[in-house]
Amino acid sequence: MKVTLKIRRFNPEKSPQPWWGEYPIEAEPTDRLLDALNYVKWHIDGTLTYRRSCAHGICGSDAMLINGANTLACKVLLQNLGSKITVEPMRGFRVIKDLLVDMDAFFEKFRKVKPYLITHTPEPEKERLQTIEDRETFEDTTKCILCGACTTSCPSFWANEDYVGPAAIVNAHRFIFDSRDEGGDERLEILGAADGVWRCRTIFNCVEACPREINITRAIGEVKKALLFRRF
Amino acid sequence: MVHKYDAVVVGAGGAGLMAGLNLSAHGRVAVISKLYPTRSHTGTAQGGIGAALGNHEEDHWEWHMFDTIKGGDYLADQDAVEILCREAIETVYELEHWGLPFSRTEDGRIAQRPFGGHTKEFGKGPVRRSCYAADRTGHMILQTLYQQCTKNQVHFFNEYHLLDLLVSEGRCAGVVAYCIATGELHVFHAKAVLDATGGCGRMFRVTSNAHSLTGDGMAVALRAGLPLEDMEFFQFHPTGIYKMGILLSEAARGEGGILRNRTGERFMERYAPTLLDLAPRDMVSRAMYREIRDGKGIDGKNYLHLDLTHLSAEVHDKKLPDVTDFVRTYLGIEPKKEPVPVQPTAHYAMGGIPTDTDGRVIIDEQNTPLHGFYAAGESACVSVHGANRLGTNSLVDILVYGRRGARHAATYMKENDWAPSPANPEDRAKALIACLMAGSGKERAAQIRDALQDEMMEKASVFRDAKSLTAMKEKLVELRERFAQVKIEDRGSKYNTEVLEVVELENLLDLAEALVESALGREESRGAHSREDFPKRDDINWLKHTLAYKTPQGIAFKFKPVTITKFQPKERKY
Repeated sequence: MKVTLKIRRFNPEKSPQPWWGEYPIEAEPTDRLLDALNYVKWHIDGTLTYRRSCAHGICGSDAMLINGANTLACKVLLQNLGSKITVEPMRGFRVIKDLLVDMDAFFEKFRKVKPYLITHTPEPEKERLQTIEDRETFEDTTKCILCGACTTSCPSFWANEDYVGPAAIVNAHRFIFDSRDEGGDERLEILGAADGVWRCRTIFNCVEACPREINITRAIGEVKKALLFRRF
Repeated sequence: MVHKYDAVVVGAGGAGLMAGLNLSAHGRVAVISKLYPTRSHTGTAQGGIGAALGNHEEDHWEWHMFDTIKGGDYLADQDAVEILCREAIETVYELEHWGLPFSRTEDGRIAQRPFGGHTKEFGKGPVRRSCYAADRTGHMILQTLYQQCTKNQVHFFNEYHLLDLLVSEGRCAGVVAYCIATGELHVFHAKAVLDATGGCGRMFRVTSNAHSLTGDGMAVALRAGLPLEDMEFFQFHPTGIYKMGILLSEAARGEGGILRNRTGERFMERYAPTLLDLAPRDMVSRAMYREIRDGKGIDGKNYLHLDLTHLSAEVHDKKLPDVTDFVRTYLGIEPKKEPVPVQPTAHYAMGGIPTDTDGRVIIDEQNTPLHGFYAAGESACVSVHGANRLGTNSLVDILVYGRRGARHAATYMKENDWAPSPANPEDRAKALIACLMAGSGKERAAQIRDALQDEMMEKASVFRDAKSLTAMKEKLVELRERFAQVKIEDRGSKYNTEVLEVVELENLLDLAEALVESALGREESRGAHSREDFPKRDDINWLKHTLAYKTPQGIAFKFKPVTITKFQPKERKY
């Protein structure tokens, strides 16, 4: 099939202004959008720049705005995108070059919510026990690959870049609801602050954007409830 | 820019993060990675990590040890395998204590499932040894390690690409890396360096490996005059998605999935009557190639079916959610109703930078260490996988040997001073980049890489012989000549991913040469190395490790004996 990629280009070493590049290519309908981007980079314009690694939706490198919606370039097939495909960098992060954005502030927010198991009781010799039901309560939020698609689809984040954002809340949820964890109060204190969960206006963009199909708005809702009913 | 650290870890997958975590408590340590750590390929491992916990049924590390040695066709060093299987158990508990969300048994313990080549009582039938978190075990391991690194404030240099290894006065003195964001070269002067840069599957057309898996550490070591061990052994995983190579976990067969040919026959009954579809990967991949050659591929084409239609909806949704998702997303098929087209996919390098059981890199058949240089994980060869790795053992390897390397390096860096930095340490790296950036040739790197991948697939993959390997060797000479004419369009210094793809291509060309020459030299069939002109294993002449060196005259060899302790080589049947 013939498709035309319309790609938002930006290279500050060449020009302070972004521009649109159009690339008509021949491709298979079952090719991933990432394959099409690779084709452009490898055969038409070597300067096209983006991140990619695993190419099957696990590493989280290639989240971008595709036909106006955030998703991973490696997890969407051309046959589902039409013959003219618009590709832009994620919104709300500083664009460094073409589709590649600055992720440092995003990871800083991840670190802020203490995304690691906190325990005060001594470890048993073998594993800590956990029931299948207890394990299930945080299953959904263990799937996060830190791609940034949710946070950069969130109008509350666009309005206030200090908002901790859905991805960080997902990673806090993963521990708050883990029966083995004893750091819930510390995390809830962080998430209850001005730039925490209350910035979420339940717009659900994050749920649509998540390539791992995490029900993020529900997870944020569960954190809000924990703040209301378990609070200090 | 010059940095001075006690130790530098290169690579931030499972082995690198484990090493970084264990080293950081002992001094000034940097972990450098060409990716953000959570992008590393450990995250794509699916089915589980092997450890004889015995949570469902009786199991022992000795059984795990036997299976690993037999699975590796008796080429693994048995002292190293014993350490692997003993320490696997405490390692899994350590991961659990760090918060890894394992799936659970009815009584709340870590859940375990059967996996290829893992047996009870020395081969009497499958055993549930693979500790899993749905089919996302690697993702959970990578996330858990990164969480612990965050907690312990491990110091990362993200998006720095390894270009050179520094050696002075016979000791490792550090590394040179290219800062991808700025294009600047950074010298990391260090007492100890641990390489954990992962595999090189991108030299093959059909592969489960990430675009980033270009063997950077192995290639840098090879060019620095160090040997690579057992490069002829490259594993093809039986169930890659047809044409794309995306991995569908062996857990799919562990949970009951069946491979079928065009007549619907469960053909593994003819090849491995006891373990059937759960035979080791080398045997299953060869069986698939044979079925395809016999015209039994689906519609006569080069793929077969992975039949999951008889599994319960709960198995699909709860135990294999990612496999189900991949099949739906990339094939548009509902695996609950239709069989899945699969073909063997290049998956894992058993070979790599030779090390001893403390992760110290060795430079010859006498096990002489290069002081200060360590390696762990897929880029290393300790050798625990021998001629063929069992599923779940790579995750054990990265953690057990990532930690062991780090522990030895921690002692080393306390007891030793820095080796003097060589004069102008960045010179070779600077010349490499300058040469590429000045290139005004006509060749596109992508076309050279395409040719490499296609030819390697045809001539040096599951089956090989002298004719195909010799032809590949000649092809590599031609590709090397074309590479000298490679052109670069991006002359910028910020995020010049084009120039790095060319650096990666050169790494793949160097490693392909080491693989092909090693495969041509080994005139026998063992594990994943299957020579059609030498179809039998030959313990008299070839029960030994290959050490391949890059010299101006081409690849030169030395050979290292296999360490055999508990299990004498026997015929390998399943």
